[in-house]
Amino acid sequence: MEPGEIHALLGENGAGKSTLMNVLYGLYQPDEGEILVDGQPLKLKGPSDAIAAGIGMVHQHFMLVPVFTVAENIMLGAEQVKGGLAGFLDRRRARREVAEVSERYNLRVDPDAVIEDLPVGIQQRVEIVKALTRDVDLLILDEPTAVLTPQETEELLTVMRSLKAAGKSIVFITHKLGEVKAIADRITVIRRGKTVGTASPEASRDELAALMVGRSVRLTVDKVPATPGRPVLEVSGLVVDDDRHIRAVDGVDLTVHAGEVLGVAGVQGNGQTELIEAIMGLRPTLAGTVTLDGQPVHGWSTKKVLRAGVGYVPEDRSVDGLVKEFSVAENLVLDIYDRPPFGKGLALKPDAIATSAKERIEQFDVRTSSAEAPVGTLSGGNQQKVIVARELSRPLKLFIAAQPTRGVDVGSIEFIHSRVIRERDVGTAVMVVSSELDEVIGLADRIAVMYRGRVIGIVGPDTPREEIGLLMAGITPDAAPAGGATAPGAAATDGGTAAPAAGGPANEDEA
Amino acid sequence: MTNPNPPSGSPDKEPATEPQAARTALGNTERAESATTPRRPAPDQKPSLGRLFLDNLWAANTFTVTLLSLVLAMIVGAVLMIVSDPEVLATYSYITARPADAFSASWTLVSEAYGNLFKGAVFDPDAVGFTAALSPISETLTYTAPLVFTGLSVALAFRGGLFNIGAQGQATMGVILAALAGFLIPLPAGLHLLVAVLAGALGGAIWGFIPGILKARTGAHEVINTIMLNYIAVYFLTWLIVQNGVQDPNRTDAISRPVDPSAQLPRLLGDNLRVHAGIILAVLATWAVAWLLNRSTLGFELRAVGANPDAARTAGISVTRTYVLVMVFAGVLAGLGGSNMVLGSTASALTPLVVAQIGFDGILVALLGRVKPWGVALAALLFGALQAGGNRMQSYSGISLELVTVLQALIVIFIAAPALVKAIFQLRAARAARLQTSLAKGW
Repeated sequence: MEPGEIHALLGENGAGKSTLMNVLYGLYQPDEGEILVDGQPLKLKGPSDAIAAGIGMVHQHFMLVPVFTVAENIMLGAEQVKGGLAGFLDRRRARREVAEVSERYNLRVDPDAVIEDLPVGIQQRVEIVKALTRDVDLLILDEPTAVLTPQETEELLTVMRSLKAAGKSIVFITHKLGEVKAIADRITVIRRGKTVGTASPEASRDELAALMVGRSVRLTVDKVPATPGRPVLEVSGLVVDDDRHIRAVDGVDLTVHAGEVLGVAGVQGNGQTELIEAIMGLRPTLAGTVTLDGQPVHGWSTKKVLRAGVGYVPEDRSVDGLVKEFSVAENLVLDIYDRPPFGKGLALKPDAIATSAKERIEQFDVRTSSAEAPVGTLSGGNQQKVIVARELSRPLKLFIAAQPTRGVDVGSIEFIHSRVIRERDVGTAVMVVSSELDEVIGLADRIAVMYRGRVIGIVGPDTPREEIGLLMAGITPDAAPAGGATAPGAAATDGGTAAPAAGGPANEDEA
Repeated sequence: MTNPNPPSGSPDKEPATEPQAARTALGNTERAESATTPRRPAPDQKPSLGRLFLDNLWAANTFTVTLLSLVLAMIVGAVLMIVSDPEVLATYSYITARPADAFSASWTLVSEAYGNLFKGAVFDPDAVGFTAALSPISETLTYTAPLVFTGLSVALAFRGGLFNIGAQGQATMGVILAALAGFLIPLPAGLHLLVAVLAGALGGAIWGFIPGILKARTGAHEVINTIMLNYIAVYFLTWLIVQNGVQDPNRTDAISRPVDPSAQLPRLLGDNLRVHAGIILAVLATWAVAWLLNRSTLGFELRAVGANPDAARTAGISVTRTYVLVMVFAGVLAGLGGSNMVLGSTASALTPLVVAQIGFDGILVALLGRVKPWGVALAALLFGALQAGGNRMQSYSGISLELVTVLQALIVIFIAAPALVKAIFQLRAARAARLQTSLAKGW
């Protein structure tokens, strides 16, 4: 690493990127080899040694206390006391430090905001500020963009550039090619725990992807034009509240036909999650109707909706999609455990479950040590394949996939996309909700853009991305100037009307 | 802590399975090692199988930690015995002059006490005759049976993600309804027993249903509610005993009429030994809970809800229904445990303390048994043995019965803090955080 360099570490999920960085940060101990800082070998016993050596880390999952303010979180672990008296926290000084650092690097973090009220992108900046107040020279960002919206990603990249300008070095761990190309000075590709190559950002995306996966990868989705049939899912006038009883879906009308993929695009938090949860019977509908093949299904229990032939890949696989302590086999029957052949009456049929698990693992190329391994031990991409395998292994009328490839490596994305298209081609109505615009464009036959709980427009997949980006920011082509004034506040970003950076590097990768 | 067994060969090899560990633990480890080596077919491996086996035995697997916890608890218990005995303590005042005195006095005290514990719980070599020889086992099983039920009750709720502190209250309601059915309803033998047992189960079910439905409908935390229901049940029992028609007409103190003989669980080994059919019911219940948890759709739902309620809900499982069912089942089990206390040989009438501490001990048994059905049964057996042996220890060695309670508490503390046991014995890390996570789930 050079000072003032952004070094990207690229690799599939489970390639060993995070492990390597955890060693650097002193969380794990190396079995062999050594770490050199300024030419000196360094022995790290824990994160405090790493911080002392000027290494800071922003973890993939933030290490913040939700009910503390920004300033309190930043002092945590390095509490300053007033006048040397133990027990008296010097909050003012902490706040000043936060203000100073965020000023210097243009991070715009309010020291008094409470963490749980902040959007994910800002929380991440708090983590960065936290590292910076510890005077680090080397900052490790572990998959920082996995949880960010396109706008937030763009802002993060800006922050990284200003840090670089200030002479800080950054290790940027990711598996998104577009980001790497946009920002990295040097790229190291890791595969199965080994460095397989160093590339410059000029390398083409295909080259990088091939290096990562170890073979060539198709980055676009191959598909024939859709042959839409009868309408399968019809949503009309749907109104849904979110958990805080704030209107999240405000009169949505949608139709998904058999044999087509309807993509739902939009910046996260514009009602997409609540919309599909309402369709799945996970969230009460306040008004409007949902019909499946002409039959009203709103008010049905989730089990009844699933039984009616709906497959559902939830947005957050570790919370809603899988029971991590359960084995792969058990997770593969999580929503069909009580149907023949897996269950009869009160009894489970472990043999049938095991046999079917074996088949699914084979069919969907799930990389696991065995069907009995707890699913939590699998990499993100393979966990997602377990869910997709489960949902696609019964006859469906409607398949709803929310963020089907979030946090999933390139190889698995390709596989999951091809499965989605295959499902469409057998005549299932498919609805794909994603905040990755390229994923939506790549998969969808029609794209519905959601903004503030409404479908603001339905466009074809060949619509220019700029136009879709504008729609995502709430600007319809007809009302562009007027709509622009109200847009920025709601887009969950302070990026102003320039927000539709949807065409930005963050989105380019996964399609 | 340092690691005496560097993970040279295969650190990820499974820890020894429990039967293997048990086999070894019973005998000399060296011998077991040589006994095991030829038995296993040898794939090509770098470290010798025996070495691997020892490594695994010494790894922090469940059985090893449990066994070592027991050892640690007994060591602490020994210290307590010495400290609490004035005569032995006196020998320590001149320990520098005559250390042998202090050591031999301590040894005599401790070995005799633990000897009596063993004789009271397992087997007394001096016993003459069939009855006397079987008496310790009979006592142990008598104490074991109700603990199996309450332990299963807590364990089942635990697996469903609920912390059932209310086994005590559920057992109390169970004992009340079982006793009432036992002396108020005149029925022919056989049927009467069945009705009384079912009445006990019903009492527990009601007392489990209340916190279950409150949790499901209003989100009220089951820990608070079950604790409160414990109080209500205990004072309801105290009040009920002295009511007309319940209180024994020939007595002035708080004791109810005795349960009809037709409603009593039959004794298994003749009238002189207390062991009764409750232990058979307990084994059946263990089997039933094991089946329910691992081989039934209901158990699948229960475990899914316990491990990740969000994913369970998304998969179409009704979390609220599962919570209610879990608590009802837990109540049924605890209620059956309660019935054992009045339909068995422990007591035949209601008194304010008729259920003893079986509900609270059930929590310990469940934790000790790692919330697995057969583990719970074994843990209950251990607690039952300590209880039975403790009685003899008290009468023969003059060690108070409370020491047994202290021992039980110490065992559970060491179990609940596997890191402590691992640090003391420098065990190799393996399957470490299991119990903590299951413990944390309840809250």
